[in-house]
Amino acid sequence: METILAIGIGVLGGAGTWLLLRPRTYQVIIGLSLLSYAVNLFIFSMGRLRPGAPPILEKGVAGDPAAFADPLPQGLVLTAIVIGFAMTALFLVVLLTARGRTGSDHVDGLGD
Amino acid sequence: MPDGMLLFALVGMPFLGSLLASLLPRAARESAVLIAAAVTVVGIGITILFYPQVQEGASVAAKLPWIPEFGLEFGFRIDGLAWLFAILVYGIGGLVVLYARYYIAAEDPAPRFISFLLAFMGAMLGVVLAGNLILLVFFWELTSLFSFLLIGYWHHNAGARDGARMALTVTAAGGICLFVGAILLGRIVGSYDLDVVLASGEAIRSSPLFLPVLVLILLGALTKSAQFPFHFWLPNAMSAPTPVSAYLHSATMVKAGVFLLARLWPVMAGTDAWFYLVVPAGLATLVIGAYFAIFQQDLKGLLAYSTISHLGLITLLLGLGSPLAAVAAVFHILNHAIFKASLFMAAGIIDHETGTRDLRRLSGLWRYMPFTASLAMVAAAAMAGVPLLNGFLSKEMFFAEAVADHTGSLLDDSLPYFATLAGMFSVAYSLRFILGTFFGPPPTDLPRMPHEPPRWMRFPIELLVVICLVIGIIPGRAVGWLLASAAQAVVGTDLPYYSLAVWHGFNLPLLMSVIAMAGGIVLYLALRGYLASGSEGPPLLQDLNAQRIFENVMVTLSWKWARTLEQIFGTRRLQPQLRLLVMVAILAASVPVLVHGAASVGTRALTPATPAFILVWAIGIACALGAAHQAKFHRLAALALTGGAGLVTCLTFLWLSAPDLALTQLLVEIVTTVLILLGLRWLPKRIITQEDMRPSGAVIARRFRDLALALAVGLGLSMLSYAVMTRPLPDTVSRFFVERAYTEGGGTNIVNVILVDFRGFDTLGEITVLCVVALTVFAMLRRFRPAPDSVERPEQQRIQNAYDAARPDREVGDTVADYLLIPRFIMQWLFPPIAVLAVYLFMRGHDLPGGGFAAGIVLSIAFVLQYMAAGVRGAEAVLRVLPLRWMGLGLLTASLTGLASLLLGYPFLTSYARYVHLPVVGEVPMASALMFDLGVFALVVGATVLMLIALAHQSLRGPRETRSLGEP
Repeated sequence: METILAIGIGVLGGAGTWLLLRPRTYQVIIGLSLLSYAVNLFIFSMGRLRPGAPPILEKGVAGDPAAFADPLPQGLVLTAIVIGFAMTALFLVVLLTARGRTGSDHVDGLGD
Repeated sequence: MPDGMLLFALVGMPFLGSLLASLLPRAARESAVLIAAAVTVVGIGITILFYPQVQEGASVAAKLPWIPEFGLEFGFRIDGLAWLFAILVYGIGGLVVLYARYYIAAEDPAPRFISFLLAFMGAMLGVVLAGNLILLVFFWELTSLFSFLLIGYWHHNAGARDGARMALTVTAAGGICLFVGAILLGRIVGSYDLDVVLASGEAIRSSPLFLPVLVLILLGALTKSAQFPFHFWLPNAMSAPTPVSAYLHSATMVKAGVFLLARLWPVMAGTDAWFYLVVPAGLATLVIGAYFAIFQQDLKGLLAYSTISHLGLITLLLGLGSPLAAVAAVFHILNHAIFKASLFMAAGIIDHETGTRDLRRLSGLWRYMPFTASLAMVAAAAMAGVPLLNGFLSKEMFFAEAVADHTGSLLDDSLPYFATLAGMFSVAYSLRFILGTFFGPPPTDLPRMPHEPPRWMRFPIELLVVICLVIGIIPGRAVGWLLASAAQAVVGTDLPYYSLAVWHGFNLPLLMSVIAMAGGIVLYLALRGYLASGSEGPPLLQDLNAQRIFENVMVTLSWKWARTLEQIFGTRRLQPQLRLLVMVAILAASVPVLVHGAASVGTRALTPATPAFILVWAIGIACALGAAHQAKFHRLAALALTGGAGLVTCLTFLWLSAPDLALTQLLVEIVTTVLILLGLRWLPKRIITQEDMRPSGAVIARRFRDLALALAVGLGLSMLSYAVMTRPLPDTVSRFFVERAYTEGGGTNIVNVILVDFRGFDTLGEITVLCVVALTVFAMLRRFRPAPDSVERPEQQRIQNAYDAARPDREVGDTVADYLLIPRFIMQWLFPPIAVLAVYLFMRGHDLPGGGFAAGIVLSIAFVLQYMAAGVRGAEAVLRVLPLRWMGLGLLTASLTGLASLLLGYPFLTSYARYVHLPVVGEVPMASALMFDLGVFALVVGATVLMLIALAHQSLRGPRETRSLGEP
């Protein structure tokens, strides 16, 4: 599983970076989305892979760290997902405004 | 300790008054003036109460700990010198407030003015009453800041803005020097406490750091007191309202510099370094300021240069280092404040009543305002040093000190000549002020018909002029006591002999005075022709323009160099910037890999991969590559493929024990897709052209370079994550979270407890960001103008509407409405179940996957479905979402929950948890974190809906724009 996930993260990150460097605003926004997936999974993988051990405790007992998947990267990624969403929304509107102002969807407002 | 309380009140009251005044509505002039009047009257009262305790060099101090580890404390201290300044700051402040009541026009926001003025007053009192060096510097900087706001009060006026900026730049730069100097001084002494510093004169003077400390502190004092060559900011600050000039540029702000010199006089004066640094600065300022003052055409400019010159005189006296000179300096501080404040106010009245301050246009005002003219004449005579007025006394003391021998150097020997010369200049400019304004033929081209000002606007000048006369005629009775206590604070209880008499017999200073008087009159008569010719500035020294040098430096620093740096390092194009960013990231990540060889494979046992997982990721990889390939020409396909990659991410989270992440990712995915779908409509159509088929060499080269970068990023990410995943997990802070999530956080869902409890502060920041983003999106879309080729309705809608229009039995829009009839019906009825799901997710969030964020998104999806089903107009006919309210309430709830724990004496956002049994529902976790989560929930609903609705509303805007352009 580690191998598969590592390859997956690499492909998502590579595809995202490629799009990030493209000249069209829409390509950049899609690239940012893909890059967000890659980075979120990357941070998540820092807690190692643990199928079948969600960090949900039994009531009434203090938790044993060995029994659960690492909750810390999950907390961080949850925040990252939210901020990623906000960033996508903001960028989308910047993109639309730029398109309205410059008449072009080039990232630098250059004509076709 | 009632004394201590009073001392704190003395500094604190003006700030409190300032806060109150700032809360008043714009037009509440009377209330603001009342607040200021109350502050000054009480302040004067308290100051007078302290007088018995500050005689004979005694002082009162009060302290509150601030940062004891660094020797910092809120310490205030009042002695004779501080008492003199406090009474000046409060007394003249009160008069200025009364004057400003009539001066500030009805259309100007008076409460803002009063608020700034009171804050400045507080800062100035802080400087003079500070008992701690660092605190003194703190208030010192505050005076710079509030003087900036006051000078720039008429901020619509470019001159006011420039003057304010220049004053701030010069005095704050000096303030930084002073700060460093104060820290070094504290190091030498071993304490920042002023009492300790004042008692360690020997240690300070013998320290190897003495010279640097002296230079730094002098830089602070000389910039503040507008001493040559830093004097140029003061004339530019004359664009301030005149009450500000009367207060800041005569009695307070600029006096802070000489106050500091007097304050540190006991420990620093008397050395050669002090003499040779301070005396030349003071002497140059005295002579040059007076010389420039003669040639000003602006009434306030004349007074500004005269102020510079008088401050130079005080600086010179303090520089001499003899106790008698210090006494004279203190006396002149008092006298100058009194006559200069009244002169500024008189100039303000002239400006106010005639509409101009230009000496070339003013003339013969005696006929129109005889009373004001008489007052101004007495004050100007005090400025010129005419006998029987206060200015004469301190000038005589100055002349006597100039004649006296101090170091026997050439500089010392030349002082009497320069002093007489400056005296001549001051007589000349005082004559010009009076004769040019009040005498001569009647004025011809004044903007307004001059007349006497209102009764109470003149009162402050009357009072000050009476004081000038009283001090001038019976100096010993009037201010002997005050001068003694203030001087004792500077030179010690062992005061040198001085006589406050008007008549000392025929002596050298008197002769100098006579020469100055006669010479000044002759000089004025000789220069009349030149002055009337109307040229601005003096005939000699025209090129000595420190202001131009300052402006050149500023332009070089903030414009030329900045532009050069920007040209070298910056680009306005996004692509090179991003490329640079990616390259830096690759480099930064590869350095540790190359150094430590971290890319090796670890020893942790691999988790066996199931075929399903492999299949899922095969799809995910295909989706990612497809999206990258299609994003240019097939936007919808690319969006769908990105969604595919998102779903694979989501499944991976679920697979690997992160149900919260999976849930959130899924929901965010939905909203993001809807958002981008709404945006697609406004992007230009892109068709594959010949050029796209055969790209140029440059484009191919760029693509290869980007491909290489993308491959490097991808490979790097893979290798790094693989290297980490194959190593065992070290013991991290996670242990803390797992062990205490239930016992202390009161929830079994550790991730949720981390978010709303352990790391609640982060989450508060995060939702604030979300709030800001939503508002930004909203604001940007309000001004949104679509590109002309996107304004038209989409093709499908046009065909459908044309179909409707062609048939008499159909209304336009019917086909669009019918188009999704069944899905629309289902969507409308999905609202209640989805809302229930949101509540469910919210309630269980603390214990099971869910929580405020997921619930918020779910509810916003429910709203958005209504919009999709019925269209913007249809949805808003039945449903009114007020996203801003949701957001505001959410942020408020989250913040108040955090603040509630403060009230109970715990740190911000401390949570309290217990289970509550509700009938039917059962056991419900009722942590205070739940309230916090409720805030998160409301804010997320508001922010998401605001963004989506704002974007959706653009579809209403488009066609309307076209119509407004007048098309058929």
